[in-house]
Amino acid sequence: MKSSSPLKWFATREGLYYVALAVLLVVILPLALDPFRLNMVGKYLTYAFVAIGLVMCWGKAGILSLGQGVFFGLGGYCMAMFLKLEASTPEATAIQSTPGIPDFMDWNQLTELPWFWEPFHSFSFTLLAVIGVPVLLAFVIGFAMFTRRVGGVYFAIITQAIAAILTILIIGQQGYTGGVNGITDLQTLNGWDIRTDEARTILYFVCVGMLFLCLFVARLVQNRKLGRILVAMNAQENRVRFSGYDVAAFKIFVFCLAAAFAGVGGAMFTLIVGFMSPSFIGIVASIEMVIFCALGGRLSILGAVYGALLVNAAKSGFSESFPELWPFAMGALFIGVVLAFPNGLAGLYQTYVTPLEDKIFKRNKGAKLEAKPAEKAAEPKPTAEKTSDYDPMIDSYSPEKS
Amino acid sequence: MDTTDQAANGRSFGKGLGLKKSLMTLAASVMLATSAQAAVPATAEVNTTGLAVTDDTVTVGILHSITGTMAISEIGSVQAEKLAIDQINASGGVLGRQIEFVQEDGASDWPTFAEKSRKLLRQDNVAAIFGAWTSASRKAVLPVIEQYNGMLYYPTFYEGLEQSPNVVYTGQEATQQILASIDWAAETKGAKSFYLLGSDYIWPRTSNKIARKHIEDKLGLKVSGEEYYPLGHTQFNSVINKIKLRKPDVIFASVVGGSNVAFYKQMKAAGIDFTDEKPLLLTISVTEDEIRGIGGENVDGIYASMKYFQSLDNPNNKEFVAAFKEAYGDDMVIGDVTQAAYLGPWLWKAAVEKAGSFDIDKIREEFAGIEFTKAPEGYVRIHENHHLWSKTRIGQAQPDGQYKVVYETEELMEPDPFPEGYQ
Amino acid sequence: MFDGYTSSELMSIFAMQGFAGLSLFSVFVLMALGLAIIFGQMGVINMAHGEFMILGAYTTYLTSGFFQSYLPSLFGGYFFVAMVLAFLICAALGAFVEWLMIRRLYHRPLDTLLATWGLSLIMQQAYRSIFGAREVGVDLPEWMMGAIQVTDLVELPINGLFVMIIALSIAVGVYFLMYRSGYGKKVRAVVQNRPMAEAVGINSAGIDRATFALGCGIAGVAGAAFTMIGSTGPSSGQAYIVDTFLVVVFGGAQSLIGTIVSAFGISQAQSTMEFFLSGSMAKVLTLLVVVGILMLRPEGLMALKVRR
Repeated sequence: MKSSSPLKWFATREGLYYVALAVLLVVILPLALDPFRLNMVGKYLTYAFVAIGLVMCWGKAGILSLGQGVFFGLGGYCMAMFLKLEASTPEATAIQSTPGIPDFMDWNQLTELPWFWEPFHSFSFTLLAVIGVPVLLAFVIGFAMFTRRVGGVYFAIITQAIAAILTILIIGQQGYTGGVNGITDLQTLNGWDIRTDEARTILYFVCVGMLFLCLFVARLVQNRKLGRILVAMNAQENRVRFSGYDVAAFKIFVFCLAAAFAGVGGAMFTLIVGFMSPSFIGIVASIEMVIFCALGGRLSILGAVYGALLVNAAKSGFSESFPELWPFAMGALFIGVVLAFPNGLAGLYQTYVTPLEDKIFKRNKGAKLEAKPAEKAAEPKPTAEKTSDYDPMIDSYSPEKS
Repeated sequence: MDTTDQAANGRSFGKGLGLKKSLMTLAASVMLATSAQAAVPATAEVNTTGLAVTDDTVTVGILHSITGTMAISEIGSVQAEKLAIDQINASGGVLGRQIEFVQEDGASDWPTFAEKSRKLLRQDNVAAIFGAWTSASRKAVLPVIEQYNGMLYYPTFYEGLEQSPNVVYTGQEATQQILASIDWAAETKGAKSFYLLGSDYIWPRTSNKIARKHIEDKLGLKVSGEEYYPLGHTQFNSVINKIKLRKPDVIFASVVGGSNVAFYKQMKAAGIDFTDEKPLLLTISVTEDEIRGIGGENVDGIYASMKYFQSLDNPNNKEFVAAFKEAYGDDMVIGDVTQAAYLGPWLWKAAVEKAGSFDIDKIREEFAGIEFTKAPEGYVRIHENHHLWSKTRIGQAQPDGQYKVVYETEELMEPDPFPEGYQ
Repeated sequence: MFDGYTSSELMSIFAMQGFAGLSLFSVFVLMALGLAIIFGQMGVINMAHGEFMILGAYTTYLTSGFFQSYLPSLFGGYFFVAMVLAFLICAALGAFVEWLMIRRLYHRPLDTLLATWGLSLIMQQAYRSIFGAREVGVDLPEWMMGAIQVTDLVELPINGLFVMIIALSIAVGVYFLMYRSGYGKKVRAVVQNRPMAEAVGINSAGIDRATFALGCGIAGVAGAAFTMIGSTGPSSGQAYIVDTFLVVVFGGAQSLIGTIVSAFGISQAQSTMEFFLSGSMAKVLTLLVVVGILMLRPEGLMALKVRR
């Protein structure tokens, strides 16, 4: 696939979708919403990072991780540690028995900063850690699992167990981590107060910017040969292996990519919401992140963003007016997305709206042809789950899959 | 009274619990308005910070979880706060104004608590927030309350170590609950060894730290073991064996949530009869509400240290329990936190009337020394550190799920959220 | 920690701890058997497993109330009635769910995982709306409370014994069902080679439905048994899922013996560690060890041969 000049891309169908999203996030929402609601939208967008990662590793590569909360939380905690240290200068904490350390450490009778907190005095280290720590953990898990060809349901359960372990550890070691309360009362980032309205608005735009960055990285991966290999692995892993590719390496890569996205999301979340707690790491939170991805369309990275926005908006809306109905709605959503529209909103869009678009934009046939290869990877085609080992001949292999 | 319906409205501008009561309230306020017109201070005088106050009404916020895992515990607090508001309205309101409330659901999710508290303060401009229950929810709400200068009335007994100018803590802090109870166990029951057992998070850990210091350093007695189990843990056979092995005189329990149910059932099944008091079980985490889920026969004979029990024998409490049951049903039980939540609106009213204004800064200056003599627990007084002077009581659980009060401190216990020597 | 005790006391302590370990073992077996059957048959993890258990528990609660009001003289035996009812009701619901949802999701185990998670949310909220958010207490008949005095120092709790007996009976029952009955033969055939099984005339769809129902029914009985030792509330099911999944996955799919061995291993490890360390650390260590072993041997302890 060769794209002509980058500018021309904006006129293609795919480019227009991105432009539409940009307009929505950068222009329409900030104008329509007050800072309070805009801040909430910013919070929803941080979940979109995780959803994009899940599109890459689950939608395309078929690796369902029910523990993305772990990476989200790790990134979030790294950022929270930095912010907390900044807020715990000796002057600000003068009333503590040991000034200069975070308040929760003080009232757990710690007298000095634990060694693994020390590096988080540095902002650059924190930025590296936000991506590095989740990626490192993902690498370890991925290496252990994928080189032994663990996948599917087993892998999902193990990611759940890891989420459970991390939650118990963080809650139990409250002196080091803030425990079940989390790390709260974060005030300034390098001296800039993050709690004011303007700061919140700026952080919203930063989040949108980071989101587009992740979208472009994801799109880059999906459009190159790498992306095609991932999709091929999902469909017929053995054939990809027989063709000479190191399947485990690709799986590890995409799992680490998803972890990196989730870590960035977590860090943005900490900045926007102002605290981080273990409730975002656990099993329930992790599974909810999957539903954002599933609703938007597990094969569409743009869909993931819309999915995250819609589900969270619905959650806030419902919980204000009909709090008792929300779990029913969410349960129905899970079931409905899986049964009725497995490719999510993006799939519905593709089936119903795209033909309309074709009609309207008939004259853009030329551009459409150009966009086609770019779209092919983004097109939500039904993906076959890995079939059981004992009937390799009977599967839903179809020639039109990339 | 169908409180689930009420609770289901995430946001309800509610004045009353039924048409009859509304009419009564209306009649009362009309009477008061016409007779005391001159006495109602002008809005401009009592509200200089843009709170939601009109000539006839003042708006407050209620922020609890009515869905999610914490709903079990927090619904009682919501009921108590609404009852207090109704009673205040029926007796003329605050500074001649009827109280309206905006209720939001924290959904057992801490960011939601923070979000809703921000909404209550910035969009609804409430004059007070009655809410939060777990420490985590309070911690999430705290920066918001402090940033926008609101005032939170927090009802749960907790670990202390906090003293915010924007919070009034109507529940006991750890030293109030723990010290007197351990002294009682040592003096009255001759206990020499204690086994500390709790769920694994900040409240039990901090409480046990305080307990251990008191037992070992102040009393010179023995701690035979200290253990924590994750929240939600359900298998306690091993620790029961350890207890049988070490034979402590007292088990000091701060297990919470679903683990509570499993723990007491399994203790009973292992043949441990608490009425024998060998060992004696002393808990700080089982109120009448929890007994409903555990079953009275499983906790028969345990002792709890609280400041309030439903069975307290004083005229205030009799009226309170009767009013609560009339409003919400005869089979209601009222635990310590529910009563503490009931105190919130009354203390706020007292502060407002003393200051003659709804402004947060003005009422804050008036907090220290405000008394409430109609408290169901008898009498409370606000301390400068925004906690309450209150008595500590020990009750023994009966098979019917109520507590029989066996001990009461003579003096009010002073709240000390940063206790010297226990840190 | 062991000084100051006579050797007979130490013996009794070890005996009681051994019993505690066995108790935990039977709890795990009960929890995991239902799930293992479904997982082995259809490769599906039913995330609503905990909620089916709680359905069994609520059934027991209702039965207990019914007997107390209308048949007080028979109260002593109500528990057996409750268990049968729990089995039937949960099996019926399981069959319904399978017909409604699961059968459309074959060859898509990950999607089934999500769909059953959605189901668990719905069931939890339904419990909350019907029974209230509070936990309900289930009254037990007199003979089930208390302990049996085996020796001076060794006491065995009756309900622990009861749970063990139930677990044993169910395990034996499942064994006979799977390995000695016509139905079991069909199940094993479908598990090993579905297309061939269908080719010889086995109605694999019907077998799937029956198996799912059986798994849910066993979950219901487990839930009924757990009312003796645990809490019954809308979100009580959540406490069991991670352990149950790990036991099943650790044991290896398609192997019921594997599930039992894995339950034994995990329960002994956990209860031994709990005895010497604190509860939280024991839990974390157990989970870490299990995850570690799974990373080294991902197909579980005893799985059918898979081509590597």
